[in-house]
Amino acid sequence: MEWLISFSIGVLTATGVYLTLRARTFPVVMGLTLLAYAVNIFLFSMGRLTIGLPAVIDKYAEEAVQYSDPLPQALVLTAIVIAFGMTAFLIVLALKARGELGNDHVDGVEDSPSSSVQQEAK
Amino acid sequence: MSHLTAWPVFLPLITGFFLILAHMGGIRLQRTISFLATLGLIALSFALISASQTVDYHVYLLGNWAAPFGIVLVLDKLSALMVTITSLLAVGALWYAMTTKIDEKGSHFHILFQLQLFGLNGAFLTGDVFNLFVFFEVLLLASYGLLLHGNGRLRTKAGLHYVVINLIGSTLFLFAVGALYGILGTLNMADMAAKIAVAPPEDLGLIAAAGLLLLVVFGVKAAMFPLYLWMPRAYANTSAPVAALFAIMTKVGIYAIIRVHGTIFGDEAGELAHFYVPWVLGLGLVTLLFAAFGVMAARGLREQVAYLVLASVATLLIGVGLNSPEALSATLYYLIHSTLIAGGMFLLADVILRGRGEYEDRFESASSMPDAIMIGSVFMFGAIAMTGMPPLSGFFGKVLILSAALDSAWFAWIVSVTLVAGLLMILSMARSGSLIFYKTRPQGKDTSGSVMGEQLNCMAFIAVIALFATSPVLVLFAHPITAFTDVTAMQLFNSTHYIQAVLSTEAVATTATVVEIKP
Repeated sequence: MEWLISFSIGVLTATGVYLTLRARTFPVVMGLTLLAYAVNIFLFSMGRLTIGLPAVIDKYAEEAVQYSDPLPQALVLTAIVIAFGMTAFLIVLALKARGELGNDHVDGVEDSPSSSVQQEAK
Repeated sequence: MSHLTAWPVFLPLITGFFLILAHMGGIRLQRTISFLATLGLIALSFALISASQTVDYHVYLLGNWAAPFGIVLVLDKLSALMVTITSLLAVGALWYAMTTKIDEKGSHFHILFQLQLFGLNGAFLTGDVFNLFVFFEVLLLASYGLLLHGNGRLRTKAGLHYVVINLIGSTLFLFAVGALYGILGTLNMADMAAKIAVAPPEDLGLIAAAGLLLLVVFGVKAAMFPLYLWMPRAYANTSAPVAALFAIMTKVGIYAIIRVHGTIFGDEAGELAHFYVPWVLGLGLVTLLFAAFGVMAARGLREQVAYLVLASVATLLIGVGLNSPEALSATLYYLIHSTLIAGGMFLLADVILRGRGEYEDRFESASSMPDAIMIGSVFMFGAIAMTGMPPLSGFFGKVLILSAALDSAWFAWIVSVTLVAGLLMILSMARSGSLIFYKTRPQGKDTSGSVMGEQLNCMAFIAVIALFATSPVLVLFAHPITAFTDVTAMQLFNSTHYIQAVLSTEAVATTATVVEIKP
């Protein structure tokens, strides 16, 4: 299971970084979302990977029992909520920028190569 | 356990709630509530300072859970100082926003303003790393709203960059916090420091990597080279009171470095003790140089002031990077000065912008503005304070930092970079001042249908004067203030006491009885 989790975090992060470096606002939003997913899985795995263990300690168990660490789960919940809110805000802001600047480039100005491609397409 | 520690966090939050309700009552009601609450915050922050004089650490256990398990708020002298600077700056910014009616240009200005204060005060008082992340998000989300307040194309563009870079910063913050939790099993700063002291050697590399990742995050907030590129444009294009309030935002990054890195990687951290310091010092020097170039290259006054803020951040980074109690004390003195003066400068830039009509703050020769003599002399005063010339507080701050650097191995570098950057900044400020106030076109000839500038708004100008007035106050009371910052710096260097104070605080005994139910 370890390699699967670490592989997913790696792929999500790499894809997220690639998309965040794109010049259009929508890929940037997608990239940030993927980065948020990556960090959520990372946070979750920081409580160590366990299967079928409760997240609470049984106070009255006869011997010491194993449990999964509940704190990272709480952290992930907080992080998910925050990332969700931030993504929603960013999408609205990207739409506002699209409306005010007339295009969806992150700098608000079209690059010369891409605009020439668009002109050819027209 | 005194509840005083928690009040600076909750007062702006509660005020924010009431402001939402007061939305129906109109802008005047909102202004009254917001301003009174911010004045109350000043009173509270002075109470905090006096409380921090008597007892070294006020530890407030939220939810009455003892330290490593629950979230703690810790009030020490540094926190009290930061809350005080924030509230003073906030009153200036708020007064300017109200008198120029900038707060009417969009809804919810006052609510966002109070929530921003909530996030800032929370970040200054928390003793828990994840809670610090949450307060960072609170203050960032409020700052996104404030930054975009009042609309405008350039504002939207700069806002987009600001939001994206801060979201990346938040992601990195979570990676760093997660890694630290995975190794140390705690999020409480004091407990983390205690755990690092006994960490096995094979974990040290990972802890160091996570610590440097945190430095990157705080570097984004503080606008440290090479992560400052978002900052000048965002600050230059937002509305004046927001830019003034944001003068404290970069200092949040500095505070976080002092607090988190200073506590976790303090003297007890063994091999990792102060391992981040050369990075801060080196990057601070580079930032200062680039800030000076930015000040020279700026095309408008607001952009220039933003680069001046960057230069002050760089100076603070150098002070932190020197890593001695004297240097830290000098850094704190310079921090008080640079935050309040930078706030005043942003407001003054807006006053000039209004006076110049369609020329705004661009460095072009325009017809003379109304009340040019008054504004010009205040500008000169601000420029002297900002660039660090005698006799104002900027000069004292720099001298204190440089004299603390005497023993450093980097002394030659620090002195040459600081002085060269200072000279470049003085030259550019002199140039922009003479361009705006002396090289004016004669009146009357400018008949190309240009919009004349507004008359000076005297009520709004009070905010500028009040913020600038802190500079002579800092000079006149330099002795008691440096005595306070000396004690504060000594307290920060004794991180052992901080750790003991936090971890030894016990929960308050409650009267409720716990009923045990056997299954």
